[in-house]
Amino acid sequence: MNPFLDALFLQAGYNAALVAIGAALLGFSAGSSGTFLFLRKRALVCDAVAHATLPGVGIAFIVMVSLGGDGRSLIGLLLGSAITAWVGLFLIEWIARHTRLAEDAAIGAVLGVFFGVGIVLLTIIQSMSSGRQAGLEGFLLGSTAGMLFQDAFVIAIGGSLAVLATWLMRRPMTLVAFDSEYAAAIGYDVRRVDLLMMGIVMGVTVIGLKLVGLILIVAMLIIPAVTARFWTERSGNVIWIAGAIGGASGYLGAVISASAPALPTGPIIVLVAAGCFVFSLLFAPVRGVLAAVIRHRRFQARVHRRQGLLALAAQHPIREAYTLRLLRHEGLVRADGVPTKTGRAQAAKIARDERRWDIARQVHQDVGLTGRYDGLTPIEDVFTHDEIADFDRRLGRPVAVGGE
Amino acid sequence: MKTSMTSMQQPTVAAQDGRVTPSAAPSSDSPLTVSGVTVSYSEKPAVFSVDATFPPNAMSAIIGPNGAGKSTLLKAALGVIPRLSGDVHVFGRPIEQARERIAYVPQRASVDWDFPTTVIDVVQMGLYRQVGLLGRLSGQMKTRALNCLERVGMVDFAQRQIGQLSGGQQQRVFLARALAQDADLYLLDEPFAGVDAATERAIVDVLQLLKAEGKAVVAVHHDLSTVRNYFDHVFLINVRRMAEGPVSTTFTTENLQATYGGRLAATHLDELSVAGAV
Amino acid sequence: MGANFVQFSLTPILIGVLSAIACALPGNFLILRRQALIGDAISHVVLPGIVVAFLITGAISAIPMLLGAAGAAVVAVVLIEAIKRLGKIEPGAAMGVVFTSMFAAGVLILERTDTSKVHIDVEHALMGNLESLIWLRAEGWHSLLDPAALAALPHELFRIAIVCSIVVALTVIFWRWLKIATFDEGFAQALGIPTSALGFGIVVTAAVAAVAAFDAVGSIIVIAMFICPPAAARLMTNSLKHQIWWSVVFATLSAIFGYIFAGYGPLWLGASNAVSAAGMIAAVSGIILGTACLFGPHRSRVGIGKETTV
Repeated sequence: MNPFLDALFLQAGYNAALVAIGAALLGFSAGSSGTFLFLRKRALVCDAVAHATLPGVGIAFIVMVSLGGDGRSLIGLLLGSAITAWVGLFLIEWIARHTRLAEDAAIGAVLGVFFGVGIVLLTIIQSMSSGRQAGLEGFLLGSTAGMLFQDAFVIAIGGSLAVLATWLMRRPMTLVAFDSEYAAAIGYDVRRVDLLMMGIVMGVTVIGLKLVGLILIVAMLIIPAVTARFWTERSGNVIWIAGAIGGASGYLGAVISASAPALPTGPIIVLVAAGCFVFSLLFAPVRGVLAAVIRHRRFQARVHRRQGLLALAAQHPIREAYTLRLLRHEGLVRADGVPTKTGRAQAAKIARDERRWDIARQVHQDVGLTGRYDGLTPIEDVFTHDEIADFDRRLGRPVAVGGE
Repeated sequence: MKTSMTSMQQPTVAAQDGRVTPSAAPSSDSPLTVSGVTVSYSEKPAVFSVDATFPPNAMSAIIGPNGAGKSTLLKAALGVIPRLSGDVHVFGRPIEQARERIAYVPQRASVDWDFPTTVIDVVQMGLYRQVGLLGRLSGQMKTRALNCLERVGMVDFAQRQIGQLSGGQQQRVFLARALAQDADLYLLDEPFAGVDAATERAIVDVLQLLKAEGKAVVAVHHDLSTVRNYFDHVFLINVRRMAEGPVSTTFTTENLQATYGGRLAATHLDELSVAGAV
Repeated sequence: MGANFVQFSLTPILIGVLSAIACALPGNFLILRRQALIGDAISHVVLPGIVVAFLITGAISAIPMLLGAAGAAVVAVVLIEAIKRLGKIEPGAAMGVVFTSMFAAGVLILERTDTSKVHIDVEHALMGNLESLIWLRAEGWHSLLDPAALAALPHELFRIAIVCSIVVALTVIFWRWLKIATFDEGFAQALGIPTSALGFGIVVTAAVAAVAAFDAVGSIIVIAMFICPPAAARLMTNSLKHQIWWSVVFATLSAIFGYIFAGYGPLWLGASNAVSAAGMIAAVSGIILGTACLFGPHRSRVGIGKETTV
């Protein structure tokens, strides 16, 4: 059968199925946990945390070997990676708080230095005994060959814990991400909430090290959340949508990679996620580019409509063919350009609203708001009742539009 | 820096010029008492050894020139920024133990308005502490949130994303969030900055209703011309406490000149119809 | 020590020093403009740039590689800007999306193409290759005067020397503009300085330095070179000019001591193999930065920054 379909339905072999499930679980937990770091505008901390795991892996290996072990115990390596990642996080915070360097410089410095130290350790390990280090370099870009059930188990348990923690802490994390001053004022310890956010991300990073490697786990933490943002205006939903996108990318990516030779899993997963991102950027209904273009066209039509109606109200002839066509299409003028009854009523309202908007512009110095007048949005949609009553008070009694 | 709660009388604090001022004893009447608060950035004090006692059931204003520490004092009292020294008591208890009695309306500028959240979501954030991590937001709480929006005239905008609002509307939403907390002390940081007249009126109405209900309001205020109309009590600050007391006796030319460093023109003082202006 | 040193250590140290300086110079401005993480992005997109250049030209040679990397940096910057504007996404997240995707694409292409004839493999790309840039033809210090031996110098040395001189020249030529625009962009614009072109130029220069340094330290460690020496320098002084000088000093020290510790350190400690020079250079630059954070004369923040609030 078609190798792709085989892989899709987990028929392509034990290893492939395991990788697909593991990748899906990892993608789901990375997507949802990365959400708050994205909302808190600290997305690239993920990159520093990921790179800071490398020295930990190296140190853990050396320690385990010197204690007589095999050195490749996954739990041991992950523990080591968590420790140095945590140290890295702490250093970033310390540098940003206690020196004049900005947070981005702190992130970049920790990233580069820890990664460099990690590389040094890797070369030490290479020279220790050349057979042993095989597998450690897999932590850079991930390795799916020889994935064990145990590995998938670690991902499942760890990922679930991460998602659970994210869900439990969603309220403080949302508030801290949105308005940290208010959060502090009502008694949340903002620093602890931030550390928790980053700790969850660190946990997911550590879990994903074996499957996709430290360089690409960053993509799984960032891309789904950014993509999910296009589809909802509520932060709670971003978590689940990001998780779904991450999980789907993980699964699909693993499936594609299993269906053809020489397709490394990690990069394919990332590219699938990136594809979702591009699709969302272009086609998401409200925030997407296509939607914006359509909105713009509609806006143009509304402007013409408004100008046409204003001309009617002032009893000026309408010269533009597009405008006439538009108005005729809506039944507001007859074929000869004379306004219908509905047309006259609309024109009167437009004229009154126009004067209300004049007052509004004087009262509100807010261009963003008054610029939303397009002739179609009822003024009630933009201003509150008391605000409109205020305008009307200043205007006086309504005036009818002259007709035939 | 914390004194034990059993001692009601604190040692007196010497002010910079040698005058000894009795520091505020944290009585359980005063909704907000600040003693000896100093905030500094890198050896330069932004707020120096400030004592303040705000009266219950009143509208109080914190005024002073720009950069004089008005917002800093408020934020330091709340713990939003760290203070070098000093105590803060709310209704007689240390502020950390009395947070549920305070509601805060920060400056609008500190928030990202493109954040994925709707108006009603923001108001419900005021209930997060009460609900805790796991609790559900009950129907009663959701109704409370809607009522708060109603009080500020924004209930029709409940489902709207916050970036689509005007500055004044955003400010109202922040106020609604504070109202949802059902606190006894309301702290506002420049609530009228950059809002239109209708919003200003709406906010003042809400605040005066709060006062009528027996709550206390303390606001950092930027507009001297409205102090007399809106506030009962005033606290003047320019890094240090310059004066405090009822508006009628404290909002004087002498105090204003001292606070603003003589930068207020005489004609401006006339417009303010300040007590004691010639 | 003479012949051994000249043969095996002189050129790598020189290449390391020149790479570090070439990265540190634009890094100064990236840090001051709060664009440090563009360095992160650049170091990740150098790989796909080089891979695409290899695909197109079929060989690993200097100019196509440099063009490929510069091109990748340009593509990355343009995509980041586009995503920021079109998607209303904050800069860090936009960078994260773009450079991780581009990096993944680079790895994918790399794994699928036949690179057995040339030496790019992913690990080299990440970790660099400094130890192998030796000068076998040298016989001692006198070889510096021997044209035949000089002709056998590793060509990477010439490449990085040229790039480094270009970077230095650009810094000198545009010094006044850089100084004004970094301090106050609006003012610079009002004076007629093309600030967005300048900003773009800084990023492209950084990209070119990154690819030239690629051979020495690989692409990822380049970010340590962009940030650590300039950051340490920033904590030493309040004057921009002195900061630039300090950053050059720190970059040089990182490269020299990094290489020495990597090559000779294990010997001193009783082991027999050298460790990664690139990693050690990054580590030394980190130690220098750490020392500056603890003891630098101008390490504390002055003025009210947003860092003092939550």
